[in-house]
Amino acid sequence: MTIADMVNILNAKVLRGADKLDTPVYTACCSDLMSDVLAFVDEKTVLITGLTNPHVVRTSEMLDLKCLVFVRGKIPTEDILDNADEQGLVVITSKLTAFSACGLLYDAGLRGVPVPTAWDAEE
Amino acid sequence: MEELFRISYPVAAADYTSAGKASTDIKRRLKQLGVSGDVLRRVAVASYEVELNLVIHSLGGELTLTVFPDAAQLVSADVGPGIPDLEMAMREGYSTANDEARSLGFGAGMGLPNMKRNADEFSITSEKGVGTTITMLFRLQ
Repeated sequence: MTIADMVNILNAKVLRGADKLDTPVYTACCSDLMSDVLAFVDEKTVLITGLTNPHVVRTSEMLDLKCLVFVRGKIPTEDILDNADEQGLVVITSKLTAFSACGLLYDAGLRGVPVPTAWDAEE
Repeated sequence: MEELFRISYPVAAADYTSAGKASTDIKRRLKQLGVSGDVLRRVAVASYEVELNLVIHSLGGELTLTVFPDAAQLVSADVGPGIPDLEMAMREGYSTANDEARSLGFGAGMGLPNMKRNADEFSITSEKGVGTTITMLFRLQ
């Protein structure tokens, strides 16, 4: 799947990085908890979130993420978007809820990041 | 070991707007020195986590990057308040972060374990009323 495919599936609007839509996407992570994102995500992952503060972009920058998807039609402020642009991030927004956006992407073949849990040690 | 480069960044308590700026600069400088890929990402993530910890939990402190020919070292030193229970603080999911930090997507109790996971060597010392020092080493080769 490419980011362009995601834009079609989510009927999304491209906010930044329109020239990089052919970037391939391997896995996705949906979270509003940047702590978890920082702990478990790698650079091949798309971040789907409802959080629009500057730390979403900063977290993406540290992890070398390529694409940010905002849900429920959320759009960060211009300065946050410009910062994302400087990092080379593609930023898109969809009117769908996080649940629906994830459901459609999963249905189209995109899968989550394997994440270790506290249970693993017990099993 | 021969020091190639050293830079310190003051980090103010509760300055949520600037939190992460030191780590952005650290990542940029390491990239300029030719560090890339997985190790650059691990340093960046650990640096951001420790910088956020200074902002969220400390009374202020300093983050220092030292680059050696074969390693990068990050040292976070604050002026208090110190961690009362280090064992609990190292546990995933345990956090004493306030609502402001949580509203920004942090304070899930992943910071210290995540630093330890990303660094090749990790040490933490803390004294209540004095401060906390975290030292992380990342092998570059």
